Amino acid sequence: MRLGLVIDLDVCVGCHACAIACKEWNASGTIGPLSDYQPYGAEPSGVWFNRIRHYEMDEYPNNKTINFPMSCMHCEDADCVTVCPTGASYKRAEDGIVLIDQDKCMGCNYCSWACPYGARELDRSSGTMKKCTLCVDRIYDQNLPVEERQPSCVLTCPAHARMFGDFDDPDSAVSRTVRERGGYPLMPELNYNPTNQYLPPRRKPVIPVDTQPKGGLKESIKQFANKLVRR
Amino acid sequence: MHPAFSVIFFTVASGAGFGLISLLFIADFFKLGGGFNQDQLVAGGLMAMALVVFGLLSSTFHLANPKNAWRAFSRFRTSWLSREGVFAVVFMPLALIYLVSIIFDAPQWLRVSSGFLTAVMAWITVFSTGMIYACLKTIRQWNTPLVPANYLALGYASGSLLLLLGAVVAGLDTTPYIAMSALIMAIAAVLKAIYYFWIRSPGLSPTINTATGLTRAKVKLLDTGHTHGTFLTQEFGFQIARQQASLLKIVVFVLGFIVPGLMLVWVFNQESVQTAAIVAVLAGIVGAAVERWLFFAEARHVVNLYHGAQRC
Repeated sequence: MRLGLVIDLDVCVGCHACAIACKEWNASGTIGPLSDYQPYGAEPSGVWFNRIRHYEMDEYPNNKTINFPMSCMHCEDADCVTVCPTGASYKRAEDGIVLIDQDKCMGCNYCSWACPYGARELDRSSGTMKKCTLCVDRIYDQNLPVEERQPSCVLTCPAHARMFGDFDDPDSAVSRTVRERGGYPLMPELNYNPTNQYLPPRRKPVIPVDTQPKGGLKESIKQFANKLVRR
Repeated sequence: MHPAFSVIFFTVASGAGFGLISLLFIADFFKLGGGFNQDQLVAGGLMAMALVVFGLLSSTFHLANPKNAWRAFSRFRTSWLSREGVFAVVFMPLALIYLVSIIFDAPQWLRVSSGFLTAVMAWITVFSTGMIYACLKTIRQWNTPLVPANYLALGYASGSLLLLLGAVVAGLDTTPYIAMSALIMAIAAVLKAIYYFWIRSPGLSPTINTATGLTRAKVKLLDTGHTHGTFLTQEFGFQIARQQASLLKIVVFVLGFIVPGLMLVWVFNQESVQTAAIVAVLAGIVGAAVERWLFFAEARHVVNLYHGAQRC
């Protein structure tokens, strides 16, 4: 098995609900707590496994806002695991999830240096590195109904921009979607072979906007009047 | 990259210590300048080991959870950080055997073989320190063979200046020590110059387009999604102005290579020999520390592409 996420950049509305749900679940999960520093102070900060950035693609009038959620990519060739000197970081053979053994981590930050995606964050209160677990304490929980055995972020997404599944199975929903929509990994040139895939925004017709003044005598008088009024 | 003081102190001090003891063995084996006597060799060796030990101890200060530091020896097969720790620990008993065989006038074969192994292990350890940085694909400015080469050259340059000071204090003929220092510093200066030239445009590197996969149009960051800083911005967000970096490069060359070089001339001309040797050592080590600070400050981690950088 090779478990991971598919994130649909066409659909994501950038509401940060996945990040909140992630924080909520994992703060009390096996890797918790996820410390906050000055949550109500002047400089609020803290540990998050899922962060959403907002980009703008292309220029007006063809521009589009892309909301960009990012968590651990559970890479096939995860350098964060290779560089870890203590053996705290490991990649599970059975499902490819990359995890950190909190009892072994010495907090040297070296794995975070090796991660190009910024997936790892140090928790100052425990002095250990923490990261997305793909809700490993949830997806195998026999006490949950089958449809709820998914990562928190996927369950909560109101736009259904996130999918969870097995990429080793060519017929799984994630594999099919990635094939059909041309899903791609981030920074492939670094050869980390990330498992998580992103679906590109769809092409949409450009909405025509009138940017040029119409011209003519009436228009120039109007513009002249506008200038006068502004002064 | 955020330049952590403990790591700068560690790499500079341990580099100088490893350099000193390797060159001490060479000076002892070839009896350079008449050769150090027993006490002087032991004093030099202990000083080198003290530099290494203090360096290693200070490197544990940047750990957030040092109680697990002992586990760092366990991933020898994959991690350069682990390898460095293991080599440094293997180095210690070898260096002790070498020093003890000097003190007790052990047979020559034991003294030479333990000294040789000590020097080799010191070389390997400094190489591993450089490889910790050079193996990271995420930082283009570090991902080059020039990095371990620089670590070795600068460590040995500092070590050779310390050894020259030792030769001056011991009243030996300083000519071979001056020659050794001059040669090593020349190599170090050339390597550093190549490095600084190279990182001005280090070739293909990830851009904001490959980082987001939106490769067919201009992409710019609108919002990072966090209110204040995060671990990522603290650790990787550090940025140095180009002008300041250029100025510091001049400082590196003046303090690290030019001042010690001039002092070598003074020592050669027998002008206030002791002061000149001390100035050479201090300038060399401060220069190496500035170089190390700049090495971190100029490194641009690719995660900055998710915080607004267009390329790294």
